Amino acid sequence: MSTTHMNTHDAHDAGAHEEHHDTGGNTVFGFWIYLMTDCLLFASIFATYAVLFMNTAGGVSGKDIFELDFVLVETAALLVSSITYGFAMICAHNNNRKGTLSWLLVTFVLGAIFIAMEIYEFHHLIVNGHGPDSSAFLSAFFTLVGTHGLHVTAGLIWMLIMMIEVARTGLTGRSITRLSCLSLFWHFLDVVWICVFTVVYLMGAV
Amino acid sequence: MSDHSSEAGSHGSVKSYLTGFILSVILTGIPFWMVMSGTFEKLTTIVVIVILAVVQIFVHLKYFLHLNFSEQGKLDTYSFLFAALIIVMVVGLSIWIIYASNAMMMHN
Repeated sequence: MSTTHMNTHDAHDAGAHEEHHDTGGNTVFGFWIYLMTDCLLFASIFATYAVLFMNTAGGVSGKDIFELDFVLVETAALLVSSITYGFAMICAHNNNRKGTLSWLLVTFVLGAIFIAMEIYEFHHLIVNGHGPDSSAFLSAFFTLVGTHGLHVTAGLIWMLIMMIEVARTGLTGRSITRLSCLSLFWHFLDVVWICVFTVVYLMGAV
Repeated sequence: MSDHSSEAGSHGSVKSYLTGFILSVILTGIPFWMVMSGTFEKLTTIVVIVILAVVQIFVHLKYFLHLNFSEQGKLDTYSFLFAALIIVMVVGLSIWIIYASNAMMMHN
């Protein structure tokens, strides 16, 4: 009787364990589905930009206001932050807490540089009278680039919280799941940025 | 155990991240150089930078987001393909409709 009991208990434990792992995988998959809906949000903003960018209301066009060397530095910061986050994930899977935290910090700094440069660009445009209220082109531009910037800002806040969590509780299965979701989010934003610099900055300045 | 090994397959190695990164640097550098130097015709430049952007998106999907057709990863890939179809329709058809309507307005 008692052995049977033990066996079912063991089996139950194993089942619960399995289920826990499954939940982690399901969480990451669920987050991926959310990212796909986020893709649709960006798609509609890109479509809006594509149909409005010529309507400059007699004001400036992309050619007049885009500084490509500035955008190139922004792009480099985001691109390098993608690989440093990758290294953080490799450290996390190897249970290397210190390595994870260091790479997360590097990624955070690069993301912060990107956001600081974007805020500088927006401020510069608004001060010079090219705010989002000037033309349909500038409304669409601020909406598209600003939505991406808000996502990156959310990613930075999330990264800060993950650094605190990993520093305090270590690399538990739960924090690995969360880091995996943030990994998808961060790399996804890089993919969106490829579309932004190609469609907005490069095609606008060509 | 099997869970663990499949997980290991989905998160890449230093080598795969470096490969993806080097490809991205090249695929970002060429379009910026083309536009900043201004040595090419406008149409050529636009066609090339759009093609390179699409290639770079696939590089990121493979090396950074680890999309694949394995037993574990194919659901992610299929949901992405569905989203991509919707994106192409939303963006493509919007541009088609609005530009066609603009062209008709010009004639009148």
